[in-house]
Amino acid sequence: MVGFRTGLQIGVALMAAVLAAVLLPRYLELFTLINATVFVSMGVLALSLGLIWGFGGILCFGQTAFFGLGGYTYAVASINFGDTTWAIPLALALPTAVAAALGYLMFYGRISDVYMGVITLTTTLILFKFANSTAGDQWKIGSSPLGGFNGIPGTPPLNVPFDPGTQLAPDQIFVIAVLCLGLCYAAAKLILRTRFGRVSVAIKENELRAELLGYDVRLHKMALFAVGGFMAGLGGILFANCVFVSPTMFSLSYAGQVIIWVLVGGIGTLAGPVIGCILIQTLTTYAGTLSMIDPNLLLGALFMLAVVAVPKGLLPTATNLLAKLARRGDES
Amino acid sequence: MDYAVVVALQIVSGVATLVIVSLGLAVVFGMMRVINLAHGEFLMLGGYTAILASGQGINRWLSILVLPPLVVGLIGAVVERVLIRRLYGRMVDTMLATWGLSLAFIGGVTMLFGNSVTGISAPFGSFGIGRFHVAGYDMFLVLASVVLSLIVWAVLKLTPAGLIARGTMQNAEMAAALGVSPERVYALTFAAGAALSGLAGGLIAPVSGVLPTMGTAYIAKAFITVITGGAAMLTGTLVASGLLGSVLTVFTFLTTPVFGEVALLVMAIVLLRLLPRGITGRFLRRAL
Amino acid sequence: MTVLLSTDGLRMRFGGVVAVDGVTLAVNEGELRCLIGPNGAGKSTFFKCLTGQYKPTGGRIFWRGRDITALDPFAVARLGVGIKTQVPSLFDGLTAMEGVVLAVRRLHGEAEARRRAVRALERLEVGDLGNRRIGLLAHGQRQLVELAMVVAPEPDLIILDEPTAGMSAEETGRAADLIRELNREHAIVVVEHDMQFIRTIAHTVTVFHQGRVLMEDSAEIVFKDPRVRDVYLGKAVA
Repeated sequence: MVGFRTGLQIGVALMAAVLAAVLLPRYLELFTLINATVFVSMGVLALSLGLIWGFGGILCFGQTAFFGLGGYTYAVASINFGDTTWAIPLALALPTAVAAALGYLMFYGRISDVYMGVITLTTTLILFKFANSTAGDQWKIGSSPLGGFNGIPGTPPLNVPFDPGTQLAPDQIFVIAVLCLGLCYAAAKLILRTRFGRVSVAIKENELRAELLGYDVRLHKMALFAVGGFMAGLGGILFANCVFVSPTMFSLSYAGQVIIWVLVGGIGTLAGPVIGCILIQTLTTYAGTLSMIDPNLLLGALFMLAVVAVPKGLLPTATNLLAKLARRGDES
Repeated sequence: MDYAVVVALQIVSGVATLVIVSLGLAVVFGMMRVINLAHGEFLMLGGYTAILASGQGINRWLSILVLPPLVVGLIGAVVERVLIRRLYGRMVDTMLATWGLSLAFIGGVTMLFGNSVTGISAPFGSFGIGRFHVAGYDMFLVLASVVLSLIVWAVLKLTPAGLIARGTMQNAEMAAALGVSPERVYALTFAAGAALSGLAGGLIAPVSGVLPTMGTAYIAKAFITVITGGAAMLTGTLVASGLLGSVLTVFTFLTTPVFGEVALLVMAIVLLRLLPRGITGRFLRRAL
Repeated sequence: MTVLLSTDGLRMRFGGVVAVDGVTLAVNEGELRCLIGPNGAGKSTFFKCLTGQYKPTGGRIFWRGRDITALDPFAVARLGVGIKTQVPSLFDGLTAMEGVVLAVRRLHGEAEARRRAVRALERLEVGDLGNRRIGLLAHGQRQLVELAMVVAPEPDLIILDEPTAGMSAEETGRAADLIRELNREHAIVVVEHDMQFIRTIAHTVTVFHQGRVLMEDSAEIVFKDPRVRDVYLGKAVA
């Protein structure tokens, strides 16, 4: 049973995705379209963190670990297979499995939020260092060199399933990316309607009470964390399709940006992080073209501002403001 | 035989480096239960202070040992005033805000000094053990780590300020009732932690070279050391550094530095599964 | 009569302090048992051992004869134990209805869970609060909503830690009626230090003192015993 509100939200999101998929490729230049695909792939990453942090209370500072793992697995596997078809399930399975394993160690150890933040951040940082250090011919998985600092420039774009000869064009990949984002949003909304999703929210509200009602808190958190890893991995695959994989995917500045997107967009919403992601990406891309201000400085300032000044995030603040205005309108 | 001595020295210097780069972070975590995510950038600022000062012709020891803690301590005091103070009691928000600070520092320093490595030559040269050469500066770092630990211990244990700080750490409300302002203690603690981080940056500058993102090379290790150590800041850091520094150095010898860090992380995660509150959460709980 | 829950020489020490020092106790099916004792007698620690929140450092806990000493709280709850903590422990962001539905959702499908949740809320006379957000309720209402969550899955045993904490005299009276009412269908263990309250509900009373069981008997006998009076007035300590 899907409630009216959830149904409406899913409907609007899917409609927006289809509209974007149909209209944007007609009007945008190729370069802008590829950039838009990058934004969308990161939107999926933002959504994954928005889900586990906002609805599961899981403080993951290194969601980029799964994003990068998804991308790298996709690149390495499709170069080895010579076909992207089977690379995709593999590139979804690996980050999911790593998230489950890391989640097992963290949640079954019942470590505190602070420790969890540090462990997850450290994980992505060490993957960053590792990927950076893989320059040279000795670093190969099968026929795919890992490329160190330069990443894997020859990351193959998606091909028609089981037909490696027919690669998809950037506009087709954009369509797929947008639809993936829409579907992830819908899936997240639906998950939150299930018993699993509601128990996850309850755990965020009060871990002890959920436990005393007979729910295995550790298992739920681990499962939700794995779902987050799956989604972030999907984001990584999409990212690999419009740029190519490189250690940057794991970097501290990417890891920080995901947090900023969610904070700015609003913790406890699903659309917020995606909106925050696209807004801030647009802003930093623009700032990058100015080359007067370092994008990191801008991001850092935004980050601090979001924490100190708008702790609830833009979407909830805007919704509250609208509700207030509407109420005032009713009264007058 | 020579080889064994050299390996042993490497392990000792690996442990010492961990102690040096973690101590500032450990003091802030031990006292305020906050992980300062801008810790790496405090190191970086200390490094730049050392480079810039010695570039101005200031005495090398003054540039490495005196100016970095002063400058970064001051920066820490300002940061506490402007940012950290607004977020007391909100640990997660404090972490997030210091992360923003870290990005802003990286960006700001890149704009000011560019994104290239600058260095400062290491004092002492090297000496030979049989066929091998050992850098004299590495041995100086070992000495520095011992002196630093002793200073932190002495300040906490022997001075009135240390007593007040430990009291506040145990029970902030009680300390407040006795007329000690917890805000002042926290402000001083944060500044002291920053100064220690700055000094660490100055100390490692000759070894690592200095660039805006140099902090990232050290924070992973420092974070792991501090949370594996647990709440007792000095004992925890020393024990964890000893354990993890050995693992790091041995794995680095056997494979590559990166696998050394991977081994470090894996070991820390497994250790935290067994001791969720760190080593001093279970053992040596009364220690400093 | 079958023994539902029992402990054998249960011990819990924190560093050098022994909070529970060898407690052996058995609760029968359908029983209403009160655990009393002055502050610091070890009642709350004992409670947390029973619910799995603490892992006892010695002794064992049995449920219908099965050793459950090492179980986590969720596994204890799954045996059919409803647990109410001293400070109300609730989902403040959810509505009362959503909270109680979750309490039974583990055992039943959505429609049945909703029916049972409505019944539980009505049984505690807070049926009208279903759509209110728990975080916005008054203290007494929160206590009742939490009780609704505890009884909704029809547990075999309900453990209550100081259910009257923070209640007015009138509310305490209602709570006593409620506990007697609940006892018709569930075995109940109440941890309390309010002697007045115990007097109005008790059948069998176990008195804790300094981590041990001082005595265990029917309410009338316990309340007449000079040792119990001494413990409460502090003479035995002095």
